[in-house]
Parts: sequence; structure tokens; C-alpha cells
Amino acid sequence: MQGILKKISQINFGLLSPENIRKMSVTKIVTPDTYDEDGYPIEAGLMDPRLGVIDPGLRCRSCGSKGGDCQGHFGHINLARPVIHVGFADTIHKILRSTCSSCGRVLLTESEIIDYKDKLDAKYKNEESITALIKEIYTVARRDKCPHCDEEQEEVKIDKPVSIVEGNYKLTSSEVRERLEKIEEDDYILIGINPVVAKPEWMVLTVLPVPPVTVRPSITLETGERSEDDLTHKLVDILRINQRLKENMEAGAPQLIVEDLWELLQYHVTTYFDNEASGVPPARHRSGRPLKTLAQRLKGKEGRFRSNLSGKRVNFSARTVISPDPNISINEVGVPEMIAREVTVPVYVTDWNIEDMRKHIENGPKIHPGANYVIRPDDRKIRVYEETKDSILEKLEPGYVVERHLMDGDIVLFNRQPSLHRMSMMAHEVKVLPYKTFRLNLCVCPPYNADFDGDEMNMHVFQTEESRAEAKSLMRVQEHILSPRFGGPIIGGIHDHISGAYLLTREGSVFEEDHVLQMLKKARLPLPKRKNEGWTGKEVFSLLLPDDLNMVYRAEICRKCDECLRQDCKNDAYVVIEDGQLKTGAIDEKAYGAFSGKILDSIVKDYGTDKAREFLDSATKLAISGIMKRGFTTSTADEEIPREAKDRIEELLSMAELKVEQLIDAYHNDELEALPGRSLRETLEMKIMQVLGEARDKSGEIAESYFGMDNHAVIMALTGARGSMLNLTQIAACVGQQSVRGGRIERGYSKRTLPHFKEGELGAKASGFVHSSYKKGLDPLEFFFHAMGGREGLVDTAIRTAQSGYMQRRLVNALQDLSVQPDGTVRDNRGIVIQSKYGEDGVDPAKSDYGKVADIDRMIEEMRIKSKAAK
Amino acid sequence: MDIKKVTSVVKKKKADFPESLIHEIAEASERHNLKVKELESLVDEIKKAYERAGVENGEAVGTVAAQSVGEPGTQMTMRTFHYAGVAELNVTLGLPRLIEIVDARKKISTPTMAIYFEEGYGNDEEFVRKIANQIGKIVLNDILKDFHVNYAEMNMSVEIDEEKVEDKRLELDVILAKIEKAFKRVEINNNLLSFEPTISESKHAIRELRLLADKVRDLQISGVKNIGKVVISKEELEWVIHTEGSNLGAVLKMEGVDKTRTTTNDIHEIEKVLGIEAARNAIIHEAQSTMEEQGLTVDVRHIMLVADMMTSDGSVKSIGRHGISGEKASVLARASFEETGKHLLRASIRGEIDHLTGIIENIIIGQPIPLGTGSVGVIMKSRD
Repeated sequence: MQGILKKISQINFGLLSPENIRKMSVTKIVTPDTYDEDGYPIEAGLMDPRLGVIDPGLRCRSCGSKGGDCQGHFGHINLARPVIHVGFADTIHKILRSTCSSCGRVLLTESEIIDYKDKLDAKYKNEESITALIKEIYTVARRDKCPHCDEEQEEVKIDKPVSIVEGNYKLTSSEVRERLEKIEEDDYILIGINPVVAKPEWMVLTVLPVPPVTVRPSITLETGERSEDDLTHKLVDILRINQRLKENMEAGAPQLIVEDLWELLQYHVTTYFDNEASGVPPARHRSGRPLKTLAQRLKGKEGRFRSNLSGKRVNFSARTVISPDPNISINEVGVPEMIAREVTVPVYVTDWNIEDMRKHIENGPKIHPGANYVIRPDDRKIRVYEETKDSILEKLEPGYVVERHLMDGDIVLFNRQPSLHRMSMMAHEVKVLPYKTFRLNLCVCPPYNADFDGDEMNMHVFQTEESRAEAKSLMRVQEHILSPRFGGPIIGGIHDHISGAYLLTREGSVFEEDHVLQMLKKARLPLPKRKNEGWTGKEVFSLLLPDDLNMVYRAEICRKCDECLRQDCKNDAYVVIEDGQLKTGAIDEKAYGAFSGKILDSIVKDYGTDKAREFLDSATKLAISGIMKRGFTTSTADEEIPREAKDRIEELLSMAELKVEQLIDAYHNDELEALPGRSLRETLEMKIMQVLGEARDKSGEIAESYFGMDNHAVIMALTGARGSMLNLTQIAACVGQQSVRGGRIERGYSKRTLPHFKEGELGAKASGFVHSSYKKGLDPLEFFFHAMGGREGLVDTAIRTAQSGYMQRRLVNALQDLSVQPDGTVRDNRGIVIQSKYGEDGVDPAKSDYGKVADIDRMIEEMRIKSKAAK
Repeated sequence: MDIKKVTSVVKKKKADFPESLIHEIAEASERHNLKVKELESLVDEIKKAYERAGVENGEAVGTVAAQSVGEPGTQMTMRTFHYAGVAELNVTLGLPRLIEIVDARKKISTPTMAIYFEEGYGNDEEFVRKIANQIGKIVLNDILKDFHVNYAEMNMSVEIDEEKVEDKRLELDVILAKIEKAFKRVEINNNLLSFEPTISESKHAIRELRLLADKVRDLQISGVKNIGKVVISKEELEWVIHTEGSNLGAVLKMEGVDKTRTTTNDIHEIEKVLGIEAARNAIIHEAQSTMEEQGLTVDVRHIMLVADMMTSDGSVKSIGRHGISGEKASVLARASFEETGKHLLRASIRGEIDHLTGIIENIIIGQPIPLGTGSVGVIMKSRD
């Protein structure tokens, strides 16, 4: 576990020379076979034992270490003829085009050479990218005549993937290599090659390194059959052709045959490196599946870089379905006992905890607060079994490490994908609970964007003391109540928390003292002194507020009347809190809901996160016990409106439909006046949409006028708990216009939307206006149009998630290296200043008041109150 | 209370406030009629708040900014919506527009301008209409009264509507001169014109005539390059022109145009005409208003950082493999983003060195990342 931690300071990239390849090779590979009949690897074959071992127990013939410890050794294949490396084909082409075919110098004049060398030196010194400059050289150095030896240059073309054609003659790889060898070392830098690490001729391979078996392990199937890795298959192909080519050359076969074989060798080497190179048919497995060769292993989302290096699979993690638990704190997470027994926390045994640790070991791996492993001071890991328990207990002493079960109070990391922002991974305290799901408080649903329709979440257990400390102070849920996106709360009450608080605190809600005490007890709040009379809900809620809290705001239920009656608001929407007492106004989403909770916001900012967590925990519990005292339910009865309302709506809608007909008539008779910059047809569409939109809104208003605050659905909509007035009026009155592509529905059948209509019909019904309400039910035509609109919505969402996901990946990739420096500047990892002061004022949005340093107006008011009090 | 006074108080209290905060304090003290003493204690309070709200060193502001801009993307609409300001113009909004901005596209899908006028001109409807007609694209077809193609005589007679000409504030003489210049075989008789096609025997005569008819109707008689439709609207007591298409350089040269408020949504054009700082502000403004229009609040500081990153080297770079991510210093960072093979192969012949200073490189090799708590180290004094 311990050892010297070495820091890697840099990685140098370079090209392998043929000599280097031979030097690092442990064996020359010649035989295209892998195993003999007895199942032993063939010497000088692709599975040569000197290339390393995979099976544990065997020892490596090259380094002597055991399987697992030996990381493998390279071999090599001597190619009978040189072969171009696909990845460099483009570069080779550009180099040949920019160098003289006879003297090998770059086709630049002496003065250009000096000029470009200076520029390149400067770029190298500043570690800037030289790509643009090299590109420029490639274009400038495309001359017809060599400035050095006056030789006429023929045009060099590339025939994808790897054929280089000069004039009409196809250069062989050997000739290409000769050309590259001719280039002087002084010119390397001009053609984009660093002479320290590479030579142009190394881009044409004469010897091929064979990766160790650890890179291409063979799998033994259940049938006992061996199945080789794709790379091994490819290497077999290369060896086979190489062998044939060599034999044919030695036998003095005709030129034609040698060339054919040479080309075949080139093909196999090409696909060995990249099986998706343009211009080559991909090499296939016997089953027809394209082989996964070197480039494919690295590339893309499932490639080595993105799926194994940037992200890794980890131990000490768990995943299961989530379900709600209103009784635990927002800081906690309920962990099933089954998981708690599996994932462990390493604890260093000391004199002070040895007794505790003994108990854990005594419990063993099967009884909950137990232990699974013990690590001895000599780093040996011992599994705790029922049988070995006693011997371990005997030896246990300070210095040992016990991997004990997860227990209440441990800090774990909790995460739900997609992890779109930092609140998608927060630290929770463990609470071990029965059953098999993770339990979380409902207030943390918004940041995770979680619901309980089958969502799963992941949990990770910290393994070091530093990580635990860091997580506890930086990643705990309570530290993330405020979102850095806009400086307001993102964690807060939802759904029943909101409607519950409203029912509790609205005007006229009075409870008997016994009931109040029951509610408070249920919410696990300290009980106040009895006062032997009824309590108003506002008094009950005030028990949660800090004593010196003062604020005034308009609640979510505010109807935005033309003239505000302030404290005398009929809707009880003007909230006044004086010295921690809720004087007027009802509590709703604006008070402590996620995204907009004002009271919550000011408690976090003025009293700290501990107080905020306490407030949120107890406020939600109180709201729930309040709503349970009273009872709360909804059904379609809530959207019932009287006959006369239905008649009025019906009349309104037929009026609107008539108006649409009139508009259409006007359009046909050319009486319609076009809006500026619009065609007549567009004008008609806009006017119809407007008329129908108004009709829908008005029908909604009629329905709304019959809804009162005794209606549970309305309470939910107006307090911001769930749903909207639009939802309700669509159920009760009229669904309204369905749209596809932002306009009325136009297409579908020949010259009309459905065969039920006349050709070219433009009326409301024919273009997707849904006249019925959801409650009444849609007729078949309306249903069809509704489904069209609904489908568009689904397609839209699917495309949007893909697009915004990619945008976010690009944004994060572009900005991830930025950080604030001690001097207040924002710099990237090269030290380049991006901002001389973060955000122009150095304020952290997560600590700001909705982007501002502070609410100055409130500050002034508070100051004045204080100074008045002082007088 | 004026800014000077606030500035002096701030200085006296040794507070290092940014300009925007001083302005805010000045406005607030005006609103509340603060006395000097009150102002002093207010500045004290704000100083405390300002220190509390400061960013911490090593904070991963880039990642937070990227997440804050990217996360709301999932909640945005995809559709191109009508009206941004005026009902008559289509403007790309929502996620497609945001992607367009971070991509720094050269050709945006719906370029549009808002042209404001200097004082004295803005209320003059007649003047604004005249300018609008100079800017907007007008073709001959827009001012015709009668258009008749006579196949028997192989010519066409055209009548220009003088009322329309007047309505559009154009000059008939100028139009006629343009027509004469554009067509060879034309007879002009006041507002009556007669065109004849050049008939050669090898071509179909009727087809020629029809082509000519289209050509005549599409003859542009007025307008600025790249600008199509224009819409005039009244916004808070002054007339404003909104256009389809954009040409900031040409419009700014016109008489009466307010050079400080007139703007376009084409970021590259702003960069070309007004420079990189203006382009940065344009990115911030466009991104911010795209978000706001969708009802999403994102702190400006995040958008600022994105804009600053895009413009930090003096030209507008896109976010992605052709811009910022493609120019990173680290080979591993580039290879792990996109075009893995290309970057590795190029690094090998260039002999590139990866100094492993970035985030992704350190994750790849399994070391702590140089951000936040990982950005500090301990230097121990050797005891000698």
C-alpha cells in the first residue's frame, strides 16, 4: 500500500527507428502459427513464451516475473519488403511533394529556408503549435523546379490510402523510402519532423514490432477452443504473406507476382494499424465482423482514451434503484444493509479503536457492522471468514487495517447520470436501512434530476481520510443548496412540501393545540409551551424561522393585480416576516421551493448552510405532517365545471371558428391585407393562430373563474407544487391548437391533412385545432392531430439531448483547464491569462446573491432598522 | 449621491471595489437618499460581503462555467421561433442558436440587424422610411402596376406604379437609369417600359422571353448587399429598423445611423467591423439573451468566461476540435477529445512533449489534478 509516489513530469513522443524496434525486441517472429498440436506455444511464433505470460503461476522467460506482474515484451517481424505506415501516408506525400526528387532538398530558396527556420525556432521556444506554419511551407514548397539543383519536378500525387504516384509512375515503397533517406537532416525541421526523435524514412517500415501477448490475450472458450485476439489474427496474416513474399523473392519469381504479394503485405500492414482507413476494404473476421485493430482500440467513445483512461471502473461502489424517504435528512442517504455489508471502509487500528474493530471482526462478513478483510502491517490482505475470525482476532494490534462494513455516519459519494453539473455528485452521510433500495430525501431530487419511476443511482465509498475530509467540507449536500449557475437555491421543497406548507399557513387555517403538538412531534421538532388556545398555521410555521429574520416578498400565488393591496391582499400573497414571525402571506414555492425559495435563500446566505439544512429538514417534515393532518387528494372532479360554463366555452369556440372561416373567406376573395414583409398565406396563418390562441385562452379564463382555492388541483397549480393553470384548463375547457414545426398542422394527406377534408381546406378543425377538453375526450380526428403534436415533442426531446450533450462535452473540454490563480487572474494550464479578474469583479456566483455581491437595498433597510433600534 | 462621492468613500475605507459595484452603490444610495454616515457604514458592510463572496484560489471556474452553460441546454427548445422583437422576422433561438454561438459559425442561419438612429432622426418617420428603403432589398417587381408578356409580338410591356415608387421613397429617374443600364433592348416612355429579348436563331424564343421576364422582375433597384427584407417598428418612442440579413459595415456608414446602438447578431461581422472586444461583448450578449428568452437564468460570469476563452488570442475561435480543443498544448488532451490517431501520429514525428499540466492528462496517468485542493502543494524547508 505504501511506497514512493513518483510524479510523472512529462511524456515525450517520438518515432521508433528500425534499430530501436530490434533492440527492444526479445525475439524475431517468423512462424505464422500460434500453438502446436499439444497446445504449447511455438517458438518464434506469435505466442512465443518470451513475449510474456498471462497465466498466473507461470514465470516469464524474459524477465522471470510471475504472470500478472510481467507487463510483456515486444517481438519483431522483419518485413521482406518495406511498407508504408498508413498513418503517415499523407505526411509522406506532402514531404515528397515539397522536396526535390533528385537532390532531396526542400523546394525552398535559401532565404526562405532561413526565414522559416527562424519562425519555427521561435515557435518551438514558446511551445506553440507549428501546424499552421508547416502547412504554409508545404504550399510554398510546391515548386516545378528545384531551387538548389534546377531539376524539373514532376507532380507527386497520393492515391488513397498509401500509393504515391509521381507523374504516371507509381513509386514502390522502397523508392519512397530511398527518397526520404535522401533528405538532409538540416531540412527535417522544415518538413515538420523533429530530427531529435524521428527520421522521415522511419515512416516506411522495414521491421514491424509485435506487441506482447498481454496486449492481445487469447480467450479459451467453454468448449476448450482457443479464440485469438483480432490483433493476433492480423499478425498471422502479415506473417503468412511476408513468408510467401520472401520465398518468392528467393526463388526469383516473376516481378508481377512479387509486386502482387508486396501489395498484399501492404494491405495487411495497413489494416493492422487502421482498419477504417479510407480507400481500403476493412479486413474481416470469419464471421464477417470487421476486425478491431490498433487505431480502433484507441479511437472514439469506446476507445482506450475515453473509456479506459479518462474514465475508469472502480471498486467500493454500488448501484441500485432509488426510492424516497421523507424522514431522513437531506444530508443523508439510505443504504440497504446488503450493500453496507459489501462495500467497506478501511480503518487503521489504534489503541483507541481496537475494541471497536474487534467487535467488527467478531461479527464477521455476514452480520452487519462487521468486517470483510484485514490488512496486516506487511501489506498482506486476509479475508475474514467465520473460521479464521479467531486467529485474526488474536493477532489484531495497532498497525493493522480493518476493512469494516459501511456504517451510519460514514461519508459516501452519491451520483446520478447524466452528471451534467457538479450537483450531480454530492457527498451524503450513510444511514443503513433495511430493504434493497437507496433512500434519499425528496429535496435533493432537483439537483440530481431524479424521480422514482425506476431511476438508479451510484454510490462510492471513500477510501482515504483526506478524501473524506475534503468531501465533507466541499461536497456535502448542504454546501450545494445554492447553485453556481445563478446563485439561488437548487435544493428545496417540491410537490407536497409546497402544497402542505400552503395549506398549513394560509389565511384562516387554525388548529387545535393538541393537533399542533401532534404535528410538531411528528415533524420531530421541539415542542413549544402550551398556550391553551388554537394556533394559526402561520404561528406554527414561525417556529421554524430564525428569530431575527425579516423579509417581505410576493408569494407564488400572487395574481399580479393592477393595484397591490400589500398586507391586505385577498389571496394572502403578500408575505411579511418580522423578527422571525410570519405576519401575513402564505408559504408556497417562493418561500422554500427548489429554484426559487426566498426564505431558504436568505437563510443559507445569512445563517449558513447548517441552519439552512435544519430549516429545510424541519420545514418539509412540518409541511408533510400538516398535509397529512388535513388530507389532500385530487381527481378529475377537481376539473369539473358547471353546465353554463361549458355552454359559454362552446359558444366562444364556435365564434372563434366562425371568425376563422371569415378570415379564410377574406383570403380567398383577396380581401386580406398582408402584414409588412409577409405573404398573404403567412398573414392568414398568423391571424388564424392568433384568433384560435385567444379563443383557447378565453375558454381557459372562463373555466378558471369557476375554480377556487378549495380545489386541490388549483392549489397545486397556483402554489407551484405541481402542474399549471394551463394543464387544468386543458383538462376542463379546451385543449387548443396542436402544432408541428411551429405552425398549424398542414401536411399528411394529398393536399390536406386527412381524407376527411376537402382539398386545400384551411379551417380550424382541418388543421389540428382541438376543440374538446381532455376530460370530455377527443374525437378521432382531434386525437390523431394530438398524437402528431405529441410525436414531434418526443422526437424533439431525443434530438435535443444528443445535441446538448455534445455541446456540453465540447464546452467542458475547452474550459476544463481554467482555474483562478492566487493573483486573481483566470489562466489555462499554459499560464495564458484568459481573464485578468474572474468575472470582472472576482465574485463567485455560487456565493453571490443572484449574481450580485449583496442585496444592497435590503442591506440599507436592515441598517436603518438597526440604527433605529439603537436609538 | 454621485459616483465620485461613493468612490471617495470607498477609497477611504480601503475597499477595492469593481466599477460595477460602485455604480450599484451610487444608484442605491440615490434611491434611499443615504446620508454620508450611512453610506460609510454601508460601504463597510458591502466590503465584508464582497470579501465573503470572492472566488477561492484554484477554483475550477472553467468547468463550472461549462456546466452552467451546458446543463440548461437540455431544457431548451429546438424550434426556430418567430419574432425576436418584431413579429415579421424569423430568428433562430433556443439550443440551435446557442450551438451556433459556441461554434462561432461563419455563416449563421438567420443573420439580423437592429438599426437605431441618432437623436433627431429616430423620431422622424419619413427619414427612417427613406433609409429603410435604401437598406432593404427592393426589386422591380415590388413597384410594378402592370406586367404583361406579349407572346405574339415577342415583347413585354411594363408599367411602373408611381404611387408605389413614392411610397417607397424612391426616385423614378434613378430607377429608370438602372433599368437602362441593365437591359439593352428597352424602350422607356415615362413609367411605361417595353422590353424585347435579344433573339438569336439558335435559342428558343419563347423561353428567352420568359427568362427575360424573370430577370426584369428580379432586377434589384435598391438595397444594401446581403440584406433582404426590412421591417420598421416603433420601440419606445423611436423608430427602429430590423433587417433580414446583415451588413454592419455598410449600414454604419449611412447618415443618421446611431453607431453605438446599431447591432447585428453575426459575431464574425462584429469582429471584422468593430474588433475583438466588441465580438466578445457580442458573444456574451447573444448567449445571455438566448438563455433569457428561454426563461433560463445563467450568471453572466459563466458566459463571460466562455466568451473570453473564445476570444483570448485576438480572433474568434470555436469551442471544439477546430478551435480551442484542437489547439491545446497537450497531446493527450487533444487525443482524448477527438481525432485520436491524427494527434498521436503527428506528435510522434514532431517529437512533441507533454508537460502534463492539464486536467485530462493527469487523469489519464492517474495523478491528482491541478485544480482546487489539488492545486496546492507543500514545500518543506530542509533542515541543514
